[in-house]
Amino acid sequence: MNTTKLRFITLPALTMLCALSTPAHALKVFACEPEWAALTKELAGDQASIYTATNALQDPHQVQAKPSLIAAVRNAELMVCTGAELEVGWLPVLLRQAGNPAVQTGQPGQFNAADYVRKLEVPTRLDRADGDVHASGNPHIQTDPRNIAAVAQALAKRLSEVDAAHASVYQARLQDFNTRWSQAMQRWDKMAAPLKGMPIVVQHKGFPYLENWLGLNEVISLEPKPGVEPSSAYLSTVLTQLQKQPARVIIRAAYNDGRGSQWLSERAHIPVAVLPFTVGGSDKAHDLFGLFDDTIEQLLKATK
Amino acid sequence: MLTFPSGQAGLGARRAGCAIAPSSTVITRPRLLTLSLLMAMGVSSPSAHAAAKAPQATLSEMRKQIDDLRAQYEARLKALENKLAQMQQERQAQQGQQAQRASTSTSAASASASPATNSSAPAPLAATPPDAPAMAATAPAAATADTQASANGFNPAVSVILSGTYASLSKDPSTWKLSGFVPSGDEIGPGGRGFRLGESEFGLSANIDPWFYGALTLSVAPDDKISAEEAFVQTTALPDGLKIKAGRFFSGLGYLNEQHAHTWDFVDAPLAYQAFLGGQYKQEGLQAKWLLPTDQFIELGAELGNGHGFPGNDRNRNAAGSMALFAHTGGDIGDSHSWRAGASWLRTQATNRSWDDTNSADQNVTNAFSGQSRIWALDGVWKWAPHGNGTRTNFKLQGEYFRRTETGQLTYAYADPDNLGLSANTDAYRSAQSGWYLQGIYQFMPAWRVGLRHDRLDSGKVDYASNAANFIATGTKPQRDSVMLDWSPSEFSRVRLQLNNDRSREGVNDRQLFLQYQMSLGAHGAHSY
Repeated sequence: MNTTKLRFITLPALTMLCALSTPAHALKVFACEPEWAALTKELAGDQASIYTATNALQDPHQVQAKPSLIAAVRNAELMVCTGAELEVGWLPVLLRQAGNPAVQTGQPGQFNAADYVRKLEVPTRLDRADGDVHASGNPHIQTDPRNIAAVAQALAKRLSEVDAAHASVYQARLQDFNTRWSQAMQRWDKMAAPLKGMPIVVQHKGFPYLENWLGLNEVISLEPKPGVEPSSAYLSTVLTQLQKQPARVIIRAAYNDGRGSQWLSERAHIPVAVLPFTVGGSDKAHDLFGLFDDTIEQLLKATK
Repeated sequence: MLTFPSGQAGLGARRAGCAIAPSSTVITRPRLLTLSLLMAMGVSSPSAHAAAKAPQATLSEMRKQIDDLRAQYEARLKALENKLAQMQQERQAQQGQQAQRASTSTSAASASASPATNSSAPAPLAATPPDAPAMAATAPAAATADTQASANGFNPAVSVILSGTYASLSKDPSTWKLSGFVPSGDEIGPGGRGFRLGESEFGLSANIDPWFYGALTLSVAPDDKISAEEAFVQTTALPDGLKIKAGRFFSGLGYLNEQHAHTWDFVDAPLAYQAFLGGQYKQEGLQAKWLLPTDQFIELGAELGNGHGFPGNDRNRNAAGSMALFAHTGGDIGDSHSWRAGASWLRTQATNRSWDDTNSADQNVTNAFSGQSRIWALDGVWKWAPHGNGTRTNFKLQGEYFRRTETGQLTYAYADPDNLGLSANTDAYRSAQSGWYLQGIYQFMPAWRVGLRHDRLDSGKVDYASNAANFIATGTKPQRDSVMLDWSPSEFSRVRLQLNNDRSREGVNDRQLFLQYQMSLGAHGAHSY
């Protein structure tokens, strides 16, 4: 009787201990998107407890500033986001409501990945008549592994600033990550060689960095303007365009609604490649390495 | 004049940024620096990765090379900075000269009749070609444009809401009232018939400095009245989840109260808001909010205000006329569900808050209330979106319950038009009334949403004491059903159709149809939950 009682107490106590086995002073990180959560995990390991604000099936432009996110921002010591206005519709509300001075704009606690890469599609004019354009360029920087490498350097530096006590850990992990990443990039470059110059159709203008990296050739986008849902009339225009200028594959992100691309796929007789777009966007994309492995695999598979 | 020092400061800051690079390991520092330099040159990062996998033996050699490279670039950067400073100095001197010339030349051109001014003009002016004054005039203008651009960089975010409605009401809106409830001001009811400009809003907001954020929202009513809907400052740097707001702001009471009208899901405010708060409750005073350091969202808030808004009024006192307390909590259930719930309490004071009424003999009388109003409110919101992605379909269920008690004195005044006499009586007054609404909004396909709302009030118990003889105290239950359909081609525009079956007046069915557009221009507003 007594022993079972004891077991009832010790078991939860042990599990609690296990849960607490991550360092008690783990750096609290709020990651806006799964790719930055994954990168922080690579660089900080157990040193950080990471809260991921969105998942791969969510449209990062459109996220609710919900209570759970406000609470998470309030407790964060470092916020790792894309920036470049990707989160403009929800992050400002979180920052204002959370009352956390450490992660406000301009503080070391706020890290915007897009600040550390060269951005593509920077608009020459700003007019909402052009759809959902971002003043500082296309924010979907995570589809090019070279961007991930650049952000990794900056993020490791920032982690060391915010949590100086473990600077050596972050630097050591960065070295390790760099080695593995450059090996992987060589592998991906080799794998993706046949994709060079391939004409593609994209659902949303979310892949300029991927196209730039792999040398893909974007023929047309399913969205008439960025962020505007494709209408059936516009899809027919796309179809006519494709008869003149054929493409090999239609690309969409896991979070995109599949109907438009499916419709076009059936009529233009080209396959759809559903790319994970971020970590968690497919079963294989469980981390950053898997993300690019699967992205290239999906592209190769669709073009066979 | 401004460009020079600000340019200097910028360069200085950048250098300081390099200097504070962490010195934890010797290897990383130069590598980070070179990486940023290489990136600045437009060379992509793989070269940095070549460095990462270089064998240990060549590492020291590479380090040396990198150090050399760094030294070179630092020297070049220094030289460039010096050159820039020199150029700016030159340009400033030039601008000064040009401005001087412009002023003299324009005076020369305009005042040809006064040779005295001409004679005092410097010698080079005589040799300037005929188009020189024009050139000189444009040069300072260009300089001002530069300064303006840098000054405009700090301009607050500007946003404009444009809204308009068409209303078709089966009953005359001037007869609209909430039977059994004290009228709560001008901003209630279905509004006028026909085409009408809705409430247009003009908003400015920005961080003031590292410690404060400020926002101003002006609203332009259809009758061209401009009023400050909100004008507040808020702290951004207080620790531990604390925030303090001062100025005029929507009270944190309930759920919908804090939200601007253009974010509502229906054209009009719920009847409970109209009956108990005169539409929306604005505070002029102070608000403190504290977010608890828990994983669960728990927010506590307190407000002190002047209490001029209904159900209070301006009492000409130093003391705060209103006090509000509220608590909100919320969280997620899986990926697809999120919720928020709260409870609020508001106490306001009124002195001679008067309104026109009719007595039991259907004569026009004036009543005035002095005393205290207390409001209890419960609110809850639940939102659903498959995997948290609401782009295609989503659902929102929202409801609030209000209960108000008023205790104090009621002065009943009847001015008899025939006898030219005034009969007035003051005695105790006590009322306890309640109301609620429940609404659901479903987005069934991208851009299209449909909504259903039910409003219900209960006039409850009203105790007029010795004034009871003058009033028929019957309990009434005003109700309203609303259905709406809206279309939002983008997150900046919305067109809405709404139908109401309004039974606010006892025994009267008012069928109302509204067509509304709401558009937002300018800064991309972020929406609260």
